[in-house]
Amino acid sequence: MIKNDYIPFPSRILEVIRHTEIEYTFRMEFHGTVRPGQFFEVSIPKYGEAPISVSGIGENFVDLTIRRVGKVTNEVFERYVGDTLLLRGPYGNGFDVSDYRGRDIIVMAGGTGLSPVRGVVDYFSEHPEQRGHMTLIAGFKTPHDILFRDDLNRWEKNMDVILTVDCAEEDVACHVGLVTQYIPQIQLGDVRNTVAVVVGPPAMMRFSVQGLLGIGLPEANIWISQERKMCCGLGKCGHCKIGDTYVCLDGPVFNYTKGKFLAD
Amino acid sequence: MGFCVTSMQLNALFQTWQSNYYIYAPRIFSGGGRFSDTDCIRYGKIDCVDEIVFDKKSEYSFKEILTPVSQTLFFFTEGETKEADAPKKGAVIFLRSCDLHALKRLDDMYLHNGPADYYYQRLRENIKIVLMGCTHSFENCFCVSMGTNVSASYDMSIDCQPDGTYLVDCRDEAWGQQLEAAGASQMAVVPSHVEENSVTVQIPENLTAEVAKSSMWKEYDSRCINCGRCNFVCPTCTCFTMQDLFYSENGKAGERRRVWASCMVDGFTDVAGGGSYRKKNGERMRFKVLHKVLDYRQRNGYHMCVGCGRCDDVCPEYISFSGCINKLQNAMTEVTEQ
Repeated sequence: MIKNDYIPFPSRILEVIRHTEIEYTFRMEFHGTVRPGQFFEVSIPKYGEAPISVSGIGENFVDLTIRRVGKVTNEVFERYVGDTLLLRGPYGNGFDVSDYRGRDIIVMAGGTGLSPVRGVVDYFSEHPEQRGHMTLIAGFKTPHDILFRDDLNRWEKNMDVILTVDCAEEDVACHVGLVTQYIPQIQLGDVRNTVAVVVGPPAMMRFSVQGLLGIGLPEANIWISQERKMCCGLGKCGHCKIGDTYVCLDGPVFNYTKGKFLAD
Repeated sequence: MGFCVTSMQLNALFQTWQSNYYIYAPRIFSGGGRFSDTDCIRYGKIDCVDEIVFDKKSEYSFKEILTPVSQTLFFFTEGETKEADAPKKGAVIFLRSCDLHALKRLDDMYLHNGPADYYYQRLRENIKIVLMGCTHSFENCFCVSMGTNVSASYDMSIDCQPDGTYLVDCRDEAWGQQLEAAGASQMAVVPSHVEENSVTVQIPENLTAEVAKSSMWKEYDSRCINCGRCNFVCPTCTCFTMQDLFYSENGKAGERRRVWASCMVDGFTDVAGGGSYRKKNGERMRFKVLHKVLDYRQRNGYHMCVGCGRCDDVCPEYISFSGCINKLQNAMTEVTEQ
């Protein structure tokens, strides 16, 4: 008999890291291999299941950065260290850091889009010898929405970090404006040897990719990650299908040569 | 091995099936129609051959036998989960050729698109197929255009004769022996099939996703009322949504189940935080139609639609799926000339 992939396993909450009022990172007990960009189906009985991408990977744990915006995630926020959540996964292809090794790297992240790429940025922050010049442009709605502040400070030490917010009512220590505005500031070497990873809300991704193509990056050097409703993560439920592609099986990470054809 | 059998001989065979199998066939649900005092023909358990409806198309497909409308996956109690039991028996399913082709599509979706589905496989492993011959085409059928009018892989075929006897082609050895022992007269039998439908479709050779840009989809923005009936009667639609159900107010005992979902109905693409895709009904129609006659083929090498025409039968707005397919050629011309 084959494996029953639908039955979740309980995972203990090891730590809760608070970023903003509505965004926490839950450090979950997990033994197994995971790649950045992959996701888990997180569930709480009675409230349902939701796909959440991995924002950090360590020995015997995974980080899930969760935004309190839905039925399941609201309930997750009522759970504390020592409580358990039910998980299934990991699912999806995730990012392959070997695609970016030895090249100049640009990462553009919008809001919670920073979660799935956090592992990639971390990897190349810790292994600067494996890459050329690196730029991270991270955009958030307001200064109150900034995630991973400690990481941003840490990353700043060995890469260009451009932190920006769409709007701010008071004086802030970061830039104000959309991420696309800062594309001209990227210190650009040979575009053929430059790769880019773009993750965020649909409009942010669309315009960011346009901007990167505009400065000469080839399509094949750009990767995006898609977010869709998913009820199974196993290529069955149909909610994440776009054209002939299942985001849960074939993605969520797509090279732009494939990703550009994904039209809902 | 072909036979001409009486209903009594068949019913005796049914009785031996019953010890290991439930028998599912299209039958009448009296008063179960969509209008008052009308009947519904759909799949249900039967005990004898007289219950089977041969002269009409079943309004719903057989798929609910393998992918129930609502299927419990497992039960929760505090800190524990328990897998839902499998049905106690297998199933003998009476299918027309189009539906038998649809079974291949269900298999490819549930067994080969990603890891094999546990719940589907455990039902699928224990089914037998009886092919119901079609002597004539029903309204809205276009199986010939879709190449699904003939089927060769079955355990037995059945054709109802005007004199009340049945012609069967029995491939299952044990069943054949039983019919032989019961004295059924042997003869060569080829299950009947239709060779033409009044409805034909032509899927353009040059069809691509570019057709999404055509103005043809606008018509459905206003005509379609996104009720999703087309999805629910379709033998090849397989989408589902997870649902948690609880038995007590404290929420400590309950079940997770999957229920049929429809890409035409609101909420299908909703993500937390308020985002959704394909808000217009025309976009949803395009998504569904292209899955049936384009996307699925790109992934699996053959078309998803089997041409049963049930979507056209059921649509309250008289939208014709086959009519829509036949608009694709002009739509491709429209988008390539732009």
